[in-house]
Amino acid sequence: MILPGFPDAQPLEGLLGGLLIGLSAAIMLLGLGRIAGVSGMFARATTIEDGSPPWPIAALFVGGLVLGAIVYRLVLGPVEAAYPPGWGWLAVGGLLVGFGTRLGSGCTSGHGVCGMSRLSPRSLVATATFILAGMATVAVVNMLGGGW
Amino acid sequence: MRLFLALLSGAIFGFGLALSGMMDPGRVRGFLDVFGAWDPTLAFVMGGAVLVMAVTWVVQRRMTRPAFAVEFNLPGTQLLDARLIGGSAMFGVGWGLSGLCPGPAVASLATAFLPAAIFVGSMTAGIFLHRIVTRG
Repeated sequence: MILPGFPDAQPLEGLLGGLLIGLSAAIMLLGLGRIAGVSGMFARATTIEDGSPPWPIAALFVGGLVLGAIVYRLVLGPVEAAYPPGWGWLAVGGLLVGFGTRLGSGCTSGHGVCGMSRLSPRSLVATATFILAGMATVAVVNMLGGGW
Repeated sequence: MRLFLALLSGAIFGFGLALSGMMDPGRVRGFLDVFGAWDPTLAFVMGGAVLVMAVTWVVQRRMTRPAFAVEFNLPGTQLLDARLIGGSAMFGVGWGLSGLCPGPAVASLATAFLPAAIFVGSMTAGIFLHRIVTRG
């Protein structure tokens, strides 16, 4: 399906994928009583953070993310991906994402999906902040001629 | 059952990310590139996920406990503080630079191992640094 005016967009795949992500978060909430927030689950799975959730839950959820991508690849084929040139973007970006999501208590899944759908004021503010900061960053990088 | 559901939830999430195009940093960057060739795909992904979860929260409010756990463990704080905003801003800058957030980065270990591993390794260092800075 092509969205008029946006030939590169994938609205149907995006929507279907989004519904599955919602289903995943619903299983975590109604089944286990927890937020499917990847940054928190990952921090717990690495054991850098202790406490809740129990380690096996976090580790299996994080492992499941990788498993799901493997299943996709086996069933539907390769996943298209354009990466930034060079390691610098990934290394600096990763550091900021790791520190920032802990300081801000969540990322696109915890705040963006689980919190926004609950109309949590904290999550609405967090999501608006990281989307605007991301847009500003891309605009500045492009202005400086570093767009990839 | 709990362990199976945790794995199932993660796997559905990972499959959904792959299907949605969100494991493509270029496409995510395209959503953030509002002054360039804007790619609205991420809004459809977020919309679909929020739609399902909005209904799920209605169901959750009618339940006294989760199906397979003793109680709900949900964030209860309402504070709009500098940590929330500063942390989210930092995350947004890193997201804009790399086109990756935690979910797609971890799932991409299965599809684009080397770049994903660099990002995830660096992200782990960031989490560790936060732990050192905030807890001594």
